[in-house]
Amino acid sequence: MKSFHMSTPSHAFASSFGKIGPALLSVGTLILAWELYARFSGISPTMLPAPSRVVTQAIQSWPALLDNTLPTISATLLGFACSLMAAFIFSVLIDFFKPLRRALFPVFIISQTLPLVAIAPLIVLWFGFGLTPKIMLVALVTFFPMLVALVQGYAATDEDIEALLASMGASPLRIFLLARLPSSLPYFFAGLRISITYAVVGAIFAEYAGAAKGLGIYILNAKNNFRPDLVLAAVLVSATLTLVLFGTTVLIQRLAMPWDRLAGEHKP
Amino acid sequence: MRGTRLELRQVRRRFGELDVLADISLSVRAGEFVSILGPSGAGKSTIFKLLTGGLRADGGEMLFDGKPLTDETRPFAFMPQRDALMPWRRIVDNTTLGLEVQGVAREAARQRVAPLFAEFGLEGFEQHYPAQLSGGMRQRAALLRTVVQNRAMLLLDEPFGALDALTRSGMQRWLEDMWQHHSWTALLITHDVREAVFLSDRIYVLTGRPARVLREVKVPLPRPRRELASPEASAIEADILETLLNPEEDQRT
Repeated sequence: MKSFHMSTPSHAFASSFGKIGPALLSVGTLILAWELYARFSGISPTMLPAPSRVVTQAIQSWPALLDNTLPTISATLLGFACSLMAAFIFSVLIDFFKPLRRALFPVFIISQTLPLVAIAPLIVLWFGFGLTPKIMLVALVTFFPMLVALVQGYAATDEDIEALLASMGASPLRIFLLARLPSSLPYFFAGLRISITYAVVGAIFAEYAGAAKGLGIYILNAKNNFRPDLVLAAVLVSATLTLVLFGTTVLIQRLAMPWDRLAGEHKP
Repeated sequence: MRGTRLELRQVRRRFGELDVLADISLSVRAGEFVSILGPSGAGKSTIFKLLTGGLRADGGEMLFDGKPLTDETRPFAFMPQRDALMPWRRIVDNTTLGLEVQGVAREAARQRVAPLFAEFGLEGFEQHYPAQLSGGMRQRAALLRTVVQNRAMLLLDEPFGALDALTRSGMQRWLEDMWQHHSWTALLITHDVREAVFLSDRIYVLTGRPARVLREVKVPLPRPRRELASPEASAIEADILETLLNPEEDQRT
């Protein structure tokens, strides 16, 4: 395990490049190959636009893109917030009343097997073109992973800590708050990182099935107008959005769990 | 004369077909350091679970100050085998855990532990997380968390078992030293004969499973004890080892 102290800026730079360097290299190679193929193979830009063209088009259509990105962001965040709240409430209920797990999990698992292609148009049909069906779809795809993460997290509590608290006379509720809830944090954040990527995809899919505005409907329109460059520009925006949300969860985890990165440090 | 605080009379416990505790009778007087010494897997930790309410005895009596132990009376502060520090709490908040559970306000609890940090060799580490401390320091923090609860008696379950040999010896000396200043009443579980002899006033030697008390050994060595292996201590140690290795020849209790 690496445990050296970073003393100088050049060390820090070298170390962070060491971490992201390989990723930059692989993505860069891929984009370069694509650019070269699009330019020199004679393929039509309406079939496969070069990355450079996608970026120029994205910049040119920026107002329209932004106008369609904001509804996607609100659908993603609102849907995810609802899903988190529901997952937390159900996880606590399941933790305190174990038989609930057997009653509820089959229902939730079935909900995960529903194909989005089928369910998205139905929800739009039932709840209209507004924000509600998007929130519901985002919640549908993110709820179960979050619930599983939390339930697993509670179960991962150190038995010694629970026995210690019990010997101190702590009630089951105190034990939950003092030990089980904090123990679930690493699992919660792992679930969060996975779910947030599902959330963006879920929102775009819901818009694809029917919306006034949003990246999903923008992609559908661009496709119908034979503009693959604009489809890919929207994909670029959604990928950036996902990366930003992913990075935010990592940042929140660092702030919420400052002890998590200390294990490899120098000990007195 | 110091009165008897804890008394177990013919306590029994089985787990299904497995007979773990066959007949445990022992007593601990006020201010006395008593060890339970026995082979691994003999059910030593089960005795503590019975005392802290984690398990029920199948038979026998458990008395504290002459009255039966109930869930309402918890005269014990328990220190588990591994330190069981909460990785998400700073050391100071780990040490106040028991007080917090008792309902002591956060600030009042911190004031009660603060003067003890120096004595426990943890001064300056109040705001550290457990992951930043060495094994010995973590164990001292766990002991601080135990004693600050101000219970009538300490239950120590192999507190130094997970430490390396050198750190363990240092911790044993340190605990013996602390003993001089605080006159705690303690029951220690260990399978380390030398540790038991060094720290204890009396030792109960258990048989393997199903456990019964094989022998009660008094350790009349004067305190403060400085040497882990003085000739007198070594003689007692050799005697106990002989009992543990040949339990059949030694059926006096």
